[in-house]
Amino acid sequence: MNIEEFTKNLEAEFEDIEPGTITPTTNYRDIKGWSSMYALIIIAFVDTHFDVALNADDLKSTQTIQDLYQVILTKKKA
Amino acid sequence: MALFKTNNVKIKGIAACVPKEKLFTREYAYFNDAEKDLFIKSVGILERRVASKEITTSDMCYASAEKLISSLNWNKQEIDCLIFVSQSADFFLPATSILLQHRLGLGKHAMAFDMNLGCSGYIYGLQILSNLISTGQIKKGLLLVGDKSSLSTHVEDKSTYPLFGDAGTATALEYDTDSNTVYFNLQSDGSGEEAIKILDGGARNEVRDDTFEIKEIEPGIKRSRRHLQLNGIDIFNFALKEVAPNVNDLLQFAGIEKSSINYYVFHQANRLINESVRKKLKVLETEKVPYSIDLFGNTSSASIPLTIVVKLKEHLKNQHKKTLLSGFGVGYSWGSCIIDLDNIVCLDLIEI
Repeated sequence: MNIEEFTKNLEAEFEDIEPGTITPTTNYRDIKGWSSMYALIIIAFVDTHFDVALNADDLKSTQTIQDLYQVILTKKKA
Repeated sequence: MALFKTNNVKIKGIAACVPKEKLFTREYAYFNDAEKDLFIKSVGILERRVASKEITTSDMCYASAEKLISSLNWNKQEIDCLIFVSQSADFFLPATSILLQHRLGLGKHAMAFDMNLGCSGYIYGLQILSNLISTGQIKKGLLLVGDKSSLSTHVEDKSTYPLFGDAGTATALEYDTDSNTVYFNLQSDGSGEEAIKILDGGARNEVRDDTFEIKEIEPGIKRSRRHLQLNGIDIFNFALKEVAPNVNDLLQFAGIEKSSINYYVFHQANRLINESVRKKLKVLETEKVPYSIDLFGNTSSASIPLTIVVKLKEHLKNQHKKTLLSGFGVGYSWGSCIIDLDNIVCLDLIEI
């Protein structure tokens, strides 16, 4: 999954979002309707699609979709 | 590893009791509409049952046990063991199991003790009672499991209050040399103690002046040190990391193929967690994985027997089904078992 696909697939996890609203540079906490529940949804999404476990520190250290993607790639390699 | 094979024991029947009163996610005042939609869709809880002040876990377990004993036509004097698994006991002491021995009218020959475990409690309780019975030295035993979790949550804590429901269950086990082997895999990791915890009121942190003071922990989360704290992300990661390997190790130990399991009954933690675990285990037949969380919430240790009662009752009637049960949570503590449900008595849900 490249960064474009990742962004698009992750966007689909959010409710009531116009397709194309979210880009790799979007700060995911600024997405309309953001709540802490989305942290769990992102963790589940990443676990299912990448078999990578994001922890609380990974989320704390990231802002944008691109940041998240980088963390996943780094963890995937490790 | 705490892997076990246990022979000569059979589940004869299961009963579950919940309070009549329902609380609806749609009516939870501290969620806005978007949060309600998201919670219902991802966590999966539409409604749950909450006990009034007068009703305790032991009352629900008592109601389940009374009805189960009479449905099985068991002679109470032949019941040799009663185990009560809960984190909402009637008193600090004596143990609630002993009060239940007397209240149910069991004989003084019966052994009774409590086990202090949450979401993993049903599996642990089954293991202990099965092993006691498998020797043939006692023939009949009762496993009473449940929690009144609503005791410990604060209404202004969005991370706990809408999640938990109350329930109390009874499972009857009997010595039976014709039964199939039961397999268990039990684990624990106390490094997760902070993930789900009630800080004050025990011996480590006795009740102090500010124990009951309601403080804002973060926006949307207000509670006291006597309420349950829950770190959703840590719990989620624990479940994703540990549950599937525990189940896979058990299957391998038992030499049983995934395809020969008829039902996977998981602790009803949160639909998102449970679905992630199901996908990790590559159990693609969703009809093999029943849910009760939509109507009862997370009912702690009661969730596995409650799910069997409300979702599998009809499918188990006069049937023999190979079932994999898995509980995981507070501690951390987790475990799974493979047990045959062979022509068991499954009572209608009891409401009090």
